Amino acid sequence: MTDIFELLKGKQNSKGDFQKQPVIVQGITGKYGTRHTKLMIEYGTNIVAGVTPGKGGQKFEDAVPIYETVKEAVDKTGAKISIMFVPAKFFLGAATDALEAGIKLLVAIPEHVPVQDTMKIVEIAKQKGAILIGPNTPGVMIPGLIKIGIMPASPFKFGNTVVLSKSGTLLYEISNNLSNSGFGQCITIGVGGDPINGTRLVDAFDMVKDYPNLDGIVVVGEIGGDAEEVLAQKIIDENFEKPVVAYIAGRKAPKEKRMGHAGAIVMGNYGSAESKITMFSRANIPVAKRPVEVSILLAGKMEKK
Amino acid sequence: MRLLEYQAKELFKEYGIRVPDSIASKDIESGRKDAEKIGYPFVIKAQVPVGGRGKAGGIQKCHNEDEFELKYPQVLNMSIKGEKTRAVLLEKMSEYEKEIYLSLFLNRSKRCYTIISSAEGGVEIESVKDQVIREVGSGDVTKKVAEEVAKEIGLDENSIPHFVDILQKLSKLTVEKEAELTEINPLVILKDGSMMALDGKIMTDDNSNFRHKELAKYHEQTELEKKAEESGFSLVELDGNIAVIGNGAGLVMSTLDMLTDNGGKAACFLDVGGTATEESVYEALTLISKMKNVKAVLVNLYGGIVKTTIVASAFLKAYDDKIIILPVFARLMGAESEKSKEMLKDSETKLAPSIEEAINKVVMEVNK
Repeated sequence: MTDIFELLKGKQNSKGDFQKQPVIVQGITGKYGTRHTKLMIEYGTNIVAGVTPGKGGQKFEDAVPIYETVKEAVDKTGAKISIMFVPAKFFLGAATDALEAGIKLLVAIPEHVPVQDTMKIVEIAKQKGAILIGPNTPGVMIPGLIKIGIMPASPFKFGNTVVLSKSGTLLYEISNNLSNSGFGQCITIGVGGDPINGTRLVDAFDMVKDYPNLDGIVVVGEIGGDAEEVLAQKIIDENFEKPVVAYIAGRKAPKEKRMGHAGAIVMGNYGSAESKITMFSRANIPVAKRPVEVSILLAGKMEKK
Repeated sequence: MRLLEYQAKELFKEYGIRVPDSIASKDIESGRKDAEKIGYPFVIKAQVPVGGRGKAGGIQKCHNEDEFELKYPQVLNMSIKGEKTRAVLLEKMSEYEKEIYLSLFLNRSKRCYTIISSAEGGVEIESVKDQVIREVGSGDVTKKVAEEVAKEIGLDENSIPHFVDILQKLSKLTVEKEAELTEINPLVILKDGSMMALDGKIMTDDNSNFRHKELAKYHEQTELEKKAEESGFSLVELDGNIAVIGNGAGLVMSTLDMLTDNGGKAACFLDVGGTATEESVYEALTLISKMKNVKAVLVNLYGGIVKTTIVASAFLKAYDDKIIILPVFARLMGAESEKSKEMLKDSETKLAPSIEEAINKVVMEVNK
């Protein structure tokens, strides 16, 4: 499998420093794209090119060249990472272009992408050996090094825990809490709140479980689907021994109602919080009742080790 | 969208899946005319977007006019699990030999469509032991696969072609309408081996609505839901008295959970979207002001990038404009929270340092 850490950090140079990996922004000239590109650059992300059809040849903020197509941007910069801010109905086309052009890590921010479009892109990504994160994700980051997403910088500090989350704001909230309690993060991945995720919780787990200094994993789930259950089963099957703690949003949500996220809906027992909490407890993963309890549970788990 | 039974059956019919004769109405005058057309006896079925209506009395047999006059208004005016009846379906009673189960649904963790079928129908599928489950990729079902499923659930030879036909039609409907779930429960087998859909449930992908103008007529929204959608918010109306607002679906769900844990009852779930702005918060408060039964507002904002002072000015503006007069209990996370506290100190908005404290205060307020 493609190593996400290597994709994000590059290889170490002779001094032991990581090389900032070049990143392309699809939809760089839109309101949202512009704002977050600035924030990513401010964070230190190496944004090397933008793509906006019709604006090729111009420059973003007088600095970042804009190209007509992803292929052109990739040819000129050699970037393997792209983040997209295109409207949902253009996701299918833009994501296909990116994967065809050789992008290996595609971070898809747009919300409201039709499920059938995501399923098509998941297939193409599989064929190309690429990682799709999202859609409807806040993104992925290695605190202090690279931020590819829309998350604010302040909640995150570098450390040795991992946060995997279906929700954006809960990712910020819980990471902030972890950072304040001394649990920095070596990577955080927002898998997104859609029914179909390019990177599922279980895939994200696979990407991070062998990180050498890993101290523990925090899973921020929510009602809908069975991604949490599948992850819990995997943790049982693999006999994964490092501390894992979880939070599940939506315990008190009514059934058969979509709670904000396209994926957050309980149908019968499928997707219910009880089902997820039961499976987590089978996997010996404590589930916090409130976001602030997550760091306390993690500290408790670490002490036992 | 979760289609009502009669809407699902309209689609079934369009795709050539047989359904009993039935007519839907929303008032008793139309109902009386429908009753004449259908002819007694028939079944009166509440059209609600939630399961379990049979147990709740939402399905009533009706043999004559006297019964009709009594039962139609009962069914029309009932609420099931907090959902009011949207319409009433009068449906010809059918004679059949057997009830089975059939559905196609989007299996999220496997990222493919799945056929679920069982020789046992008419009950909730979770309680059925012998389910046949087949993964079918993007939802297309070949004749071969459909035949295999038919045999696996143990259908008689003369029923198999009918089952194959219905399953393939259901598959076509699922793919073309971009449904996350299409369910026929029960699918009934008639004396001659042919089949008919006695009930139907269809969930479509809201995010594909823009490609399905033909389904727009099924989009049932309250006035408030429509307004919320126009503003780019997600709104779920609930039956409590504390309006819950926040940014990000996960955060608002989490707030709702904690509020309920502490004895509060939410009047709504309102997600203004991941990014909170002065405009979005002002609009959210405007929406809340149009809701009945709200006694207080609970706000939980994680404004990582947003300055909380921007949100604070939205509150002040809403009070100035007399949009709201309700007490607001808020927890604002983000830059300049001290300054926002100062801004709000003489207003009806009480800032709390933690969501737990805001919840305690709002629960005390409504119980005053």
